[in-house]
Amino acid sequence: MRTLLKIEDLHVSYGAVRAIKGISLEVNDGELVSLIGANGAGKTTTLHTISGLVPAESGSITLDGTDLRKIAPNKIIEIGLAHVPEGRHVFARMTVEENLAMGAYIVRDKAKIKRQLERVYAHFPRLAERSRQLAGTLSGGEQQMLAMGRALMTEPKMLLLDEPSMGLSPILVKEIFSMIKTLHSDGITILLVEQNAKMALSISDRAYVLETGLISMSGKAQDLLHDDKVRRAYLGA
Amino acid sequence: MGEFLQTLFVGLRLGSVYALIALGYTMVYGIIRLINFAHGDFIMVGGYTLIFTVPLMTAAGMPAWMAVIIAILVCALVGVGVELIAYRPVRKKGTNMTALITAIAMSLFLENLAQAIPAIGPNPMVAGTFFESGGFRVAGVTLDYTTIYTIAVSAVVMLLLYVFTQKTKMGRAMRCVSEDKSAAILMGISVNKTVLTTFAIGSGLAAVAALMYIAQYPSVYTTIGSLLGLKAFVAAVVGGIGIVPGAMLGGLVIGLVESFSTAYISSSLTDTFVFLILIIVLLIKPAGILGKNVGEKV
Ligand SMILES: Nc1ncnc2c1ncn2[C@@H]1O[C@H](COP(=O)(O)OP(=O)(O)OP(=O)(O)O)[C@@H](O)[C@H]1O
Ligand SMILES: [Mg+2]
Repeated sequence: MRTLLKIEDLHVSYGAVRAIKGISLEVNDGELVSLIGANGAGKTTTLHTISGLVPAESGSITLDGTDLRKIAPNKIIEIGLAHVPEGRHVFARMTVEENLAMGAYIVRDKAKIKRQLERVYAHFPRLAERSRQLAGTLSGGEQQMLAMGRALMTEPKMLLLDEPSMGLSPILVKEIFSMIKTLHSDGITILLVEQNAKMALSISDRAYVLETGLISMSGKAQDLLHDDKVRRAYLGA
Repeated sequence: MGEFLQTLFVGLRLGSVYALIALGYTMVYGIIRLINFAHGDFIMVGGYTLIFTVPLMTAAGMPAWMAVIIAILVCALVGVGVELIAYRPVRKKGTNMTALITAIAMSLFLENLAQAIPAIGPNPMVAGTFFESGGFRVAGVTLDYTTIYTIAVSAVVMLLLYVFTQKTKMGRAMRCVSEDKSAAILMGISVNKTVLTTFAIGSGLAAVAALMYIAQYPSVYTTIGSLLGLKAFVAAVVGGIGIVPGAMLGGLVIGLVESFSTAYISSSLTDTFVFLILIIVLLIKPAGILGKNVGEKV
């Protein structure tokens, strides 16, 4: 299996606050890997550092061999990495369709944009029904679908998903997770950050457990799902 | 009826100028959350550029107002230069407060720099005429060409700006950066390029405003942008700062308040009424007429 994303000995600080204290992780081509951990463990920081929104202090991050730390944050999407941020961050004052068009900002080929738009609408029929609605007026679940659809507009190799199930009703959580599974089976490589560790582990190939800036455990998702320590700390069992 | 119509058009003319200037404040605020105190001084830059380039235009056999093209370019360059040299470095290292102080400093710097240029000096300079005199007679009053052109040109410019922000890639990128910078970066948008474009457009609009203003009041001096800029800023706040249609609406409101209070109440109280309107609007709608009352996003 080919390694797509590789992080080695990454350190990240916010001023004096050391958020990531030397983590290493890998995501192979086609894999669905989840990163779980308590509030403030550094999950969002890890994703932000991968996509360049937060600078790394030291360590290396590569995607398919390309050093991401040498690439401007707004160029990262061009090498096939899309990030669906925590809290969705849709453009509230734009319509659903304008948001999706922004997802394809770097795509020049009009025909490709149209094709991708149709594919996203096929994945998320609810977005098609609401194409002219302002994104700010969508429900939380619809906004999550929009954020994911927007990230898919460039046909990325890899997706970073930050807490896609946050704040959603149990039915919607199920729906979102089944969509993630579909994307995975379509061949997209995914690094998934979740509070809902049980659901995340149940659909993932492998997982890492992040604890105050360090990786405390890692392995096959199924093994972690049945590990006593993980069950006690993250699965409420 | 005649006086009312006259007053209405004067208000629309003033309002168009305020709106053009207010757009510069609002676009920059929308995108980097900075009140660009130097924006009023871009009007001064535009005014002097017009004074010095009109002779070149007329010598080349072109109409005087064509000098505005050069003024737009010069203002855009100055705006971009101010962003590159002063604001961007401070934004990277400093806080919102340091950025604000830098903007005030930039304003003073531009005014003093202008005075230090020998060809300008401390005394006002008088501009020639830009548009033919005379006008239309409507319902017993004469609407002069300057008024008509000012209103028409501003309307066209604003329409173009609206189409630009709605339909073009760069315009959409500007809206995205102004709404959510980090999400915009994730879409592949270059924030730096977008901010520079915003400064260029906002400053260019100040040049158009300068033309329209000195076509009516043909005196240019180094502090011409102070009160004019302040009132346009009030207009931007009244309409809802950061919101493009708000600047247009706010500009018209302030222009109309000014003309009607001058005509029907007292010309010496005009500025008082402008600020009174500001206070009233802010009391009723703190985020401005078109603003949404949401907490500032972090
Ligand atoms: N912009 C910031 N400035 C200072 N400290 C920050 C900043 N962002 C995050 N931190 C700190 O870094 C640590 C990691 O935060 P991070 O957001 O990565 O956690 P997380 O695992 O995503 O948490 P959650 O599950 O609540 O989203 C926390 O201690 C947090 O307070
Ligand atoms: Mg987080």
